[in-house]
Amino acid sequence: MSLSQDDVKKVASLSRLALTDDELAQMQQHLGQILDYFEILKDVDTENVEPLAHAIELHNVFREDEVLESLSREEALSNAPKTDGKYFLVPEILRNDKNK
Amino acid sequence: MSLVGATAAELLSFMKKGETTAVEVMQAHLEQISQTDDKVEAYVQIDTETALKKAADVDARRQAGESVGPLGGLPIAIKDVLCTKGVATTCSSKMLENFIPPYDATVIKKLSEADGIMIGKVNMDEFAMGSSTENSAFKKTRNPWNLECTPGGSSGGSAAAVAAMTAPMSLGSDTGGSIRQPAHFCGVVGMKPTYGRVSRYGLVAFASSLDQVGPLANDVHGAALLLEAISGHDQLDSTSVPKDVPSYTSNLEEPLKGLKIGIVKEHYVDGLDGEVELTVREAYKVYESLGAELIDISLPNSKYCVAAYYIIAPAEASSNLARYDGIHYGHRTENFENMVEMYSRSRGEGFGTEVKRRIMLGTYTLSAGYIDAYYLKALKVRRLIRNDFDDAFKKVDVIASPTSPNTAFKLGGMINDPMSMYLEDIYTISANLAGLPGISVPAGISKEGLPIGLQLVGAPFEEGKLLRAARMFEKETGWTAKRPEIN
Amino acid sequence: MDYKVVIGLEVHVQLLTNTKLFSGCINKFNPDNPNVQTDPVTIGLPGTLPVMNRKAFRLALETAIALNCTIARFTKWDRKQYYYPDLPKGYQISQYDMPFSEHGWLEIPTTDDTVEPRQIRILRAHLEEDAGKNMHDETGGGGDSHVDLNRAGTPLIEIVSQPDITSAAEARAYLEELKLLLSYIGVSDCNMQEGSLRCDANINLHVLKDGETIPTPIVEVKNVNSFRNVELACEYEIIRQQKEFEETGKRLGEVEKETRGWDAVRGTTFAQRGKEDASDYRYFPDPDLVPVVVSDEILNDAQASLCELPAARRQRFLKEYSLTPYDANVIIEKLGAFADYFETVAKGCDDGKQAANWVTQDVTREMNDRGLSIEEFPIKADVLAALLAKVIKGDLTIKSAREVFMELLEVPATECTSAKIDQIIDEKGLGAVQDTGQITEVINAVVSRNEKAASDIREGKLQAAGPMIGQVMKELKGADPKTVRQMIIDHIQGN
Repeated sequence: MSLSQDDVKKVASLSRLALTDDELAQMQQHLGQILDYFEILKDVDTENVEPLAHAIELHNVFREDEVLESLSREEALSNAPKTDGKYFLVPEILRNDKNK
Repeated sequence: MSLVGATAAELLSFMKKGETTAVEVMQAHLEQISQTDDKVEAYVQIDTETALKKAADVDARRQAGESVGPLGGLPIAIKDVLCTKGVATTCSSKMLENFIPPYDATVIKKLSEADGIMIGKVNMDEFAMGSSTENSAFKKTRNPWNLECTPGGSSGGSAAAVAAMTAPMSLGSDTGGSIRQPAHFCGVVGMKPTYGRVSRYGLVAFASSLDQVGPLANDVHGAALLLEAISGHDQLDSTSVPKDVPSYTSNLEEPLKGLKIGIVKEHYVDGLDGEVELTVREAYKVYESLGAELIDISLPNSKYCVAAYYIIAPAEASSNLARYDGIHYGHRTENFENMVEMYSRSRGEGFGTEVKRRIMLGTYTLSAGYIDAYYLKALKVRRLIRNDFDDAFKKVDVIASPTSPNTAFKLGGMINDPMSMYLEDIYTISANLAGLPGISVPAGISKEGLPIGLQLVGAPFEEGKLLRAARMFEKETGWTAKRPEIN
Repeated sequence: MDYKVVIGLEVHVQLLTNTKLFSGCINKFNPDNPNVQTDPVTIGLPGTLPVMNRKAFRLALETAIALNCTIARFTKWDRKQYYYPDLPKGYQISQYDMPFSEHGWLEIPTTDDTVEPRQIRILRAHLEEDAGKNMHDETGGGGDSHVDLNRAGTPLIEIVSQPDITSAAEARAYLEELKLLLSYIGVSDCNMQEGSLRCDANINLHVLKDGETIPTPIVEVKNVNSFRNVELACEYEIIRQQKEFEETGKRLGEVEKETRGWDAVRGTTFAQRGKEDASDYRYFPDPDLVPVVVSDEILNDAQASLCELPAARRQRFLKEYSLTPYDANVIIEKLGAFADYFETVAKGCDDGKQAANWVTQDVTREMNDRGLSIEEFPIKADVLAALLAKVIKGDLTIKSAREVFMELLEVPATECTSAKIDQIIDEKGLGAVQDTGQITEVINAVVSRNEKAASDIREGKLQAAGPMIGQVMKELKGADPKTVRQMIIDHIQGN
């Protein structure tokens, strides 16, 4: 199954990945090969088969509503590329930034 | 008494008898790092001072007759995918080059509680994606048996560190074979536990439903000892299973009577190296000679494993890696004009090629219009694969196979051929999809001098059985005692 | 132009838990102290994992039961993926195709007995995590935006109504009833100013033209911050869409769904995002979480712990205590403990109307003046009931009862008992004077001292009786002023 360059660009944009032209071209080729390989799954009859999301099927795992210690603000911000000591800072958010 | 290259059990025994101290053990291994690591390049970070201080603390307690944990001061190499409080955790990615976690992974806490000592953090494929450790943003780790070959991956640093005798054991993570395949390449024991056996809290996620932390060691006992220390239920991981941890070490020496070993007919196909095949067939004979019964079985859906895996794992990865956006932590580009550019360039610069490829692949297969054909289909195939195993384990105790179709390949050998690289995972992947425990144990050395591993896979929570089966083989053959000449 | 208004509301409500949905990080409104309520899970640090808060799931269940929803016996959580700085993981943990509850309804009350209450259907309610908060550079100078993660990970229940709402006023009434219900059962404080209740409105018109019903394009108005503003925004949109339809004739499906914001200062909505933002959230089941199976036990337990819901209680008050819809509403809106207080008083004095008057007026006034909750109010319900019983029996005038009431407010809590009522009545001589002979005697004396007033009354200026009533009451504290008034007039007019 072949992917067009536009498809690849669309996926890159959805993935928030800036790719060079070379990367785009290589990606197009490699993804195409891999998707071709996935065609093999068409041979499998999965009618009436439930998807298996976890190999170990647990359910109802809860924690009690008990407060644990928070990080200090300093710790919370310690790995952030840009802060003012109180907030994480990001470039001005435009309305169209939200992929929502 | 040689400390370097000794097994965990030997080192513990020397220390208990007072023949050596944890500090001397640590110093010897640190010295081995300085002797070998400029060639092997397994380590990305070493904190000599802290390691020696912790060793001294264990010695002090041991001398005072106080209680010392089961890992009693042993040096352990840690894959740089596990969060260590106050110590950089990079996942061998430029994205996390400066990331210092404010918390310890649960396995790191458990390691400390058992008095294991982190000797250093070791290299890996970026975000655990790869089979050669060449996808590291920082360095290329080499195979101690042949420095022109890769150590395998993604836990290549963990396997190479043990093979190079810089630590008797190490922690790795295994999403599709990332402990077992490098263990096979480097001639060490490596085990992926049952999904849910070991907490994932603090393990930087690649594919959440497949990832497991596990031990690598220079003998089966070491792997059992380390697994025992890190296993158990964790409140912080919803997928961790509340099930008691048996003592894997206590009955390790008892051979399994009437062991039934499943041999999978679909495993012997094109692409399997002749020497590897021969070696595992030899191994089966060894088991037979020990009284085991070989039973032919079929895993009819095994040929779909690679496809299902390379849909599920990248899909989860594309989501798990969305958090690296240069806002709360991680690399931020200097070159942007608005938010969207900041996101895309930070991620474009911060991630390497293989990581980008898998993010793209996962984004594509989850996107509108494709999710049913790829992701949901793969999850259904996954159930069929699991069902195959459930049926098989009604007939056999363990399933034996090669760990990987080939011995260690040359550095750069497959870097531009992702699909061939993915197919190398054919024997290991199914245990992850089905959540089963698997172990790779050294079973021979090729004519070129490269190790060959035998993989054993068991039913859920049958780690004890796998370890005993591996120990039977080890005791009979002695392959785990082989050490490379590093030059 | 003939048209019908079609409104559906999406309401996000923060649940009252001690901790966040997926970690033990404290959950508290705290906008002034940014980034102090986080932990590795809240920041979405590499390696962290979510574990579901039992209380949050329980509160969500109670909410859905109170909204008459069908509870799914198997439910799971999904990742909704998009990039935004207040969303640290790059995805929100939410529910997609298997929400834990669906198909409920909420009844909007009416104060008009002739109108049937309206049932608004609930499409679904699901449990998800809140995002943090972005603050933009207000100067407009393109400065950095600020991100505060205190709120990130707060448990939210999203309640989506069917488009059953037919007017702006009804949208507001729905929200008010929803707020009452959720506050009543204690799952949320529903404080819109603090963002614990947030509302998005989907609005369009069904235009009737040439015998055909034409739906106009749906507009979503986001994040309106008060009930009044929701009503105003709906009103504005109805008119705007009407004009737009007249100008363009565009129908539903011919243009993409539009998202608009609400400008409270100008009183207008404004276009927010263009259609190039076609979303692809790539929902898939969160592999870090496991499903929840709701057993009979869990369900029955949640059901049993729910109190009588406000709508049912309101109906019961109308019937059992013969209250007016107005009084019933006033009492119900003050939430459970207040209504409990009312009920104890009403039962104790056996007069709902009298009890309603006192609790909605005297008790409420003193609570407000003193800044007390009903739980803290010094006169307990049984004591007030005893006091009112005396009034109803005719042993005490309302005026005297008020005096006793005010006295009771001042006595130490341990002494504020029914016995104390009798003591105050005795001390102050407030007992109702039943002996009319005694009253006549005092009236005679007072009238003889007030000849001018007496002659005014004889000429029909009855209001002149006032000062004389006061003088009589001064001498006879427990007398009923109405009786006194009538007796003075009768005495002077010689009846």
